[in-house]
Amino acid sequence: MIKVRIVFNVGFTSNPPNRTGVPYAATGDPVSVAAPSLDRNGAIGPDGNGAAKRRAPVAGLVAVLVPVLAVSAVLAIGLGPTVIAPGDTARLLWAAVSGGRVGADEATTYQIIWQVRTPRVLLAGVVGAGLSVVGVGVQALVRNALADPFVLGVSSGASVGAVAVTVVGGLASLGVYAVSAGAFAGALAATALVYLASAGRTGMSPLRLVLTGVAMSFGFQAVMSVVVYFAPNSEATSTVLFWTMGSFGAATWGSLPAVAVAVVVAVVVLRRLARPLDVLALGDETAASLGVDAGRLRTGLFVLTALTTGAMVAVSGAIGFVGLVMPHLVRIMAGAGHARVLAVAPLAGAVFMVWADLVSRTLVAPRELPLGVITALVGVPVFIALMRRRGYLFGGR
Amino acid sequence: MDLRLDAVSVAVDGASLVRDLSLHVARGRVVGLIGPNGSGKSTALRCVYRALRPTRGTVRIGGDDLSALTLRQSARRVAALTQQGGSDLDFTVEEVVALGRAPHKRGNEPLTGAERELCRRVMDRLDLLRLAARGVLSLSGGERQRVLVARALVQEPEVLVLDEPTNHLDIRHQVEVLSMLRDDELTVLVVLHDLNLAAAACDRIGVLHQGRIVAEGSPGEVLTAQLVRDVFGVEACVVAHPVTGSPQVLYSLVSTPEGRWT
Repeated sequence: MIKVRIVFNVGFTSNPPNRTGVPYAATGDPVSVAAPSLDRNGAIGPDGNGAAKRRAPVAGLVAVLVPVLAVSAVLAIGLGPTVIAPGDTARLLWAAVSGGRVGADEATTYQIIWQVRTPRVLLAGVVGAGLSVVGVGVQALVRNALADPFVLGVSSGASVGAVAVTVVGGLASLGVYAVSAGAFAGALAATALVYLASAGRTGMSPLRLVLTGVAMSFGFQAVMSVVVYFAPNSEATSTVLFWTMGSFGAATWGSLPAVAVAVVVAVVVLRRLARPLDVLALGDETAASLGVDAGRLRTGLFVLTALTTGAMVAVSGAIGFVGLVMPHLVRIMAGAGHARVLAVAPLAGAVFMVWADLVSRTLVAPRELPLGVITALVGVPVFIALMRRRGYLFGGR
Repeated sequence: MDLRLDAVSVAVDGASLVRDLSLHVARGRVVGLIGPNGSGKSTALRCVYRALRPTRGTVRIGGDDLSALTLRQSARRVAALTQQGGSDLDFTVEEVVALGRAPHKRGNEPLTGAERELCRRVMDRLDLLRLAARGVLSLSGGERQRVLVARALVQEPEVLVLDEPTNHLDIRHQVEVLSMLRDDELTVLVVLHDLNLAAAACDRIGVLHQGRIVAEGSPGEVLTAQLVRDVFGVEACVVAHPVTGSPQVLYSLVSTPEGRWT
């Protein structure tokens, strides 16, 4: 067998010594390959096709996005029917946080800032961050580019819960949180149903999970339509609109802590799973050969993303588009590795949502545009432009 | 470490894919599995890299029963190059190769300097350094295949199993990948379609037909015109390579009536 090896090696040892420093390419001919390989490395390539990926460093993106988020939040808190200068906003916020004094002439302004707008802007940031990381998680879970946090039926389940509470009543002991509690309960029930329906003998297959989720969504929407149709009052209709288009109009300090905790947990857990998520993206077979139990990871991801989505939908309704597109936008900027994506996605999602909410409540004030409208109108063109410009590849050429 | 399949059977939904398969790959040897489509080659390999649990029988690595190890433990000892290796996400070549270290790392623990150097060396060896920053989705099929080989080598396994590693490779890279398997100290079990490459690259060859091993031995013992006719249903004559002496199968484009439907 040693002879065989020598015969095999003739082709390589007969190459002239490599003087160019450019490694030989597939043909083994250094002369014909040197020029195009420079091109391929992106050094002199005229177009982006096949070039080395030009990615912004994660630390740089984070260093830019953190101050952008802070400034956006202060601006958004200052803007509205009553416009408050950013300097005054920052001073009053500082007074609120540090327990400083506020003059009697500023009491109304302070009320607007601290009781109305701050919880709303914070909630927008938290939900934006959450939707965008959960979007990353769900896309990894079902290995599908078109997946978003709502693909598993969670949002339509939440809507059914919320509408049912509005129409039928019940949960009265929870007071103002009754509808949110109903939504969360609906989300959990939907999650459990989808899980039971899609879990098979061979584990949860990604495709079956998506199909079950989509089918269940149609079912829940039908149930909701029936409830609304027979509802005695119009309150049910507006509740449905709120839950299907999303809004932060109901934000209070009280609605913040639960969803904030859920989102922080999701961000931390998903960040820690970054490498296993990368491995999962290579397929279940490869995952097994790299020591990752795809079935177990998928179950964990399912529970985590469903709970987080339920917590978000309960306070803000189902805000579409963000969870679908933010992961892609972040991948275009930072590359596909989950460690990078999950560092940038929460910040990018938060910034986007703070501005989307600001637009929704100021554009045609005093009326509010549904948030889902803004996220789609603003996000879709931006996304398509970015995708075309950078030669973004997802699932092949 | 040696690899031993002991009376392995796999049945899925009542269909028997592999029956009573016993095979030994001695330490540092290259054993090839050949056979027609659907003969159970890939199924047998999947039992080794743990994508599938054998219905009966055991797979042992250096004497240790694979099913007694955690997935991570066995992934440190067995690396696999599977048929399904693609991703929808446009990872860079560097990132995919580095994922070979996953079974050696806890969670997101960063690679050490030595591990980065290992990745660089392996990429250099597979002619991938100039592609390091490229997205895998923009690579040609052959380049992608080499990336997967690199990822498996970075895993630093004792045993390497490969499911048609020469797929999509031009002849130079086919020869290169197979001769590399021979140069390394690795214990290798490889599924190959090309009988002549199998004859040149493997110390021993096992022939699978309808889930059973029907022949096993050195390439010279196994590759006969009779076997090719019986198993593949193809008329062939076998000659000796004029330089190396290894058996070479020459086909004629007539299928045999009795072999066609078996």
